[in-house]
Amino acid sequence: MGVTIIHQKVVWVILGMGLVTYVPRWFPLMLMSRRNLPKWLVDWLDLIPAAILSALLVPELVTNGMPRHMSLWQPELWVAFPTFIFALKTKSLGGTVVIGMVLFWLAQSVI
Amino acid sequence: MTYKRIYIQTTYRFSLIFMQDSGIKTSILQGLSAAWPICLGYIPIGLAFGVLAQKAGLDPIEIMLMSILVFAGSSQFIAVSMLSTGAGAVSIIITTFAVNLRHLLMSSSLAVFLGNTTRKKLSLFAYGVTDESFAVNQTRFSQNIWSLDQALVVNHAANIAWVVSSVIGGYSGRFIHEGAFGIDYALTAMFICLLIFQLRGRLYVITAVIAGVVAVILSLIIPGSSYIVLASIFAATTVLGIKKWALR
Repeated sequence: MGVTIIHQKVVWVILGMGLVTYVPRWFPLMLMSRRNLPKWLVDWLDLIPAAILSALLVPELVTNGMPRHMSLWQPELWVAFPTFIFALKTKSLGGTVVIGMVLFWLAQSVI
Repeated sequence: MTYKRIYIQTTYRFSLIFMQDSGIKTSILQGLSAAWPICLGYIPIGLAFGVLAQKAGLDPIEIMLMSILVFAGSSQFIAVSMLSTGAGAVSIIITTFAVNLRHLLMSSSLAVFLGNTTRKKLSLFAYGVTDESFAVNQTRFSQNIWSLDQALVVNHAANIAWVVSSVIGGYSGRFIHEGAFGIDYALTAMFICLLIFQLRGRLYVITAVIAGVVAVILSLIIPGSSYIVLASIFAATTVLGIKKWALR
């Protein structure tokens, strides 16, 4: 078995990445969880999950490539419709993941 | 809507039954039953990350170290591809910061539900805030059927799936061919369902539509992933503004 060489640069990169990723996750919890937040801020934060999930999802469905361009004729988008309906009817996260995977797999093997 | 109500009621009733039983064991069981779709979604992506990281010259220990210390999928992919092109440490870290800044919004949104707890537990919880665990936990917190203990189980189950699959990818991922079983679509399907959980009324639907459209436009104009944060802030602010103006 060879000796594992840990490259020094990689370790510094990992430590730095860990720090700059943890702080934004930690800071709001420390700052905001023990205070009474103003009502407008609570209302605003209440809208954030819907906004952020949509902002993560929709470009994934309708754009492609590097640099990104519109791409409406891709299985990512077309599979999303039946998956969406399934999720809406069942409210099952696990079921939706499995159905989405199967449909995407089928779509890819057809195309 | 009836489906959702029945689902919430039954889940709530079940959680009451379990709570009488109390104890760590039920928290773990409830957490795991919420976490398994996340774990399923992380496995292919963790494997893929492990393969790429190995190709970029990272050994399994470094892969494990990165998955444990960073635990943020997309930024890890980007970091590994930057490493393989010989980018400098500082630019990789700054890019990571920009990509993961969206967690600031997620933790803020979760903070509303976490008033009654110790700083130590919150610090532990902060470690596991990802797109997926955030959405799963936030939905349950807002239904009043969730506690920090169950949320911690979700976070750490997802973390274990991520670390283990990325290390396995580093060893053996080259044997798994790309696109098998539609695994590339696991997280997209998960986001579709998580988004539906968030659409609890007209305001949320309008917010999601604005965020989606703006995100697409921005993602075509600006390289990188800053469009996620910008579109989310824009959509939430716009809808809140409209609501305030309409109520006046």
